[in-house]
Amino acid sequence: MTTPMVKFDNVTKSYGALTVLDSLDLEIAPNEKVAIIGPSGSGKTTVLRMLMTLERINDGVIYVDGEPLTHMQKNGSLVPADERYLRRVRGNIGMVFQHFNLFPHMSAMKNCMEAPIHVLGLSKKEATERAAELLDMVGLGDKKDQYPSQLSGGQQQRVAIARALAMRPKVMLFDEVTSALDPELVGEVLNVIRRLGTEHNLTMLMVTHQMGFAKEFADRVCFFYGGKIAEQGKPDKIFSNPEEERTRQFLSAVLEAG
Amino acid sequence: MFWDWNYVWEITPTLLRASVVTIQATLLGFLLAAVLGLVLAILRMSKTGWISVTAAGFVEFIRSTPVLIQIFFIFFVFPEFGIVLPAMAAGVIALGLHYGSYCSEVYRAGLENVPKGQWEASTALNLSPYITFRDIIIPQAIPPVVPALGNYLVALFKETPLLSAIAVLELMQTAKILGSQSFRYVEPITLVGGFFLVMSLVAAAFIRQLEAYLNRTLRNPGGAR
Ligand SMILES: Nc1ncnc2c1ncn2[C@@H]1O[C@H](COP(=O)(O)OP(=O)(O)O)[C@@H](O)[C@H]1O
Ligand SMILES: [Mg+2]
Repeated sequence: MTTPMVKFDNVTKSYGALTVLDSLDLEIAPNEKVAIIGPSGSGKTTVLRMLMTLERINDGVIYVDGEPLTHMQKNGSLVPADERYLRRVRGNIGMVFQHFNLFPHMSAMKNCMEAPIHVLGLSKKEATERAAELLDMVGLGDKKDQYPSQLSGGQQQRVAIARALAMRPKVMLFDEVTSALDPELVGEVLNVIRRLGTEHNLTMLMVTHQMGFAKEFADRVCFFYGGKIAEQGKPDKIFSNPEEERTRQFLSAVLEAG
Repeated sequence: MFWDWNYVWEITPTLLRASVVTIQATLLGFLLAAVLGLVLAILRMSKTGWISVTAAGFVEFIRSTPVLIQIFFIFFVFPEFGIVLPAMAAGVIALGLHYGSYCSEVYRAGLENVPKGQWEASTALNLSPYITFRDIIIPQAIPPVVPALGNYLVALFKETPLLSAIAVLELMQTAKILGSQSFRYVEPITLVGGFFLVMSLVAAAFIRQLEAYLNRTLRNPGGAR
């Protein structure tokens, strides 16, 4: 049994009285691709945001590559992590957002160079080479000097993927990365993700409403409902023969919506 | 004779020299205000309670007391605590503190208007708080507030005559001295008023240019969104 790349151990997250995630246990193996599906408000985004350390958790521990992410060792016991510790360990994780969140005042290249230079300490030359290579990989070799406002949504999202990859994370998080796109632009982004899956050693968690893509791409599908994993398993099983009534209802509702 | 052109030519060189002092006080005071305002605005965003509360309290205190009292305080009261400043320095610091407090509110609005996603992307890329502010947040926060900051530059400029109260030889003080020497106040005071009018208009035009420039280069270099 290898160490899981990501492990949620009894993790609870609440906003005031509202419990958004309830005692979540989830282990993800290195290189595993996990699709997270479920109705709106079921806590899918929150799972990713906690892993990205954008949200503090209320209870439990998250481990990344065997190391606690949310907590640090202090005098032999686990205490909540401070900013310094978080900065050290969150380098393992990269995230792509629904609304891209590109830096609007920087070209595609500069977007991909900023963190490698200032966080990883790459020289300008190294960062330029790395960014150029990644932008080529996402099919934007000819758009390197364009600003986000000059790019289509699909192109912006591909820049965002390149930007995250430039940090060489072990785990990549995708939060509904095609939801804000016009339908004809979805394919180009999914193609890039497909290539990442086959050509890179990456553990991937993706929240998605693209059931076709989840079925074909994921090793495992987790169906979230009310802050819990209501059902999980191989895509074939979840999509063709779900055990839970709630899963069935959700899938038929999604399919009906097209 | 109500208006004496000969007297005007006689005093113009003296007033021009004094205008240099006025402009110096304005630029130095505003430089201080612009930097201090940004620092205060960032401190107010601190997650550490006492830091943000202290910064907010300072801003509130400074804004709620007249700038003339602050000028007097720094010039006449600080020496009691062993801090003796030349009149010009005391005046510049007082104006800088006062307008810095106003500017901090302007910066704060600018900072709050940067979308949350920009902070989150910065965190996800593991940028340090310093780099996040320097490279991501500030270049997006400042261009939209340049007009508001510019208004305070003009306001500060128009308040520099207050420095005459501590005998800084700026325009107003010089005009008063000229007037009392010759018993003619019409020309020096009118010239000073005219100078402020012209300079305010020039500054306003300059700020519009600067705003357009910043919008092009910093915030939205690729063109319209
Ligand atoms: N900052 C917040 N404050 C309060 N409630 C929140 C906050 N963020 C998310 N929630 C709530 O948490 C629940 C789960 O949200 P989310 O993880 O975004 O769901 P999903 O991505 O599955 O649609 C929702 O009920 C949402 O309203
Ligand atoms: Mg969501």
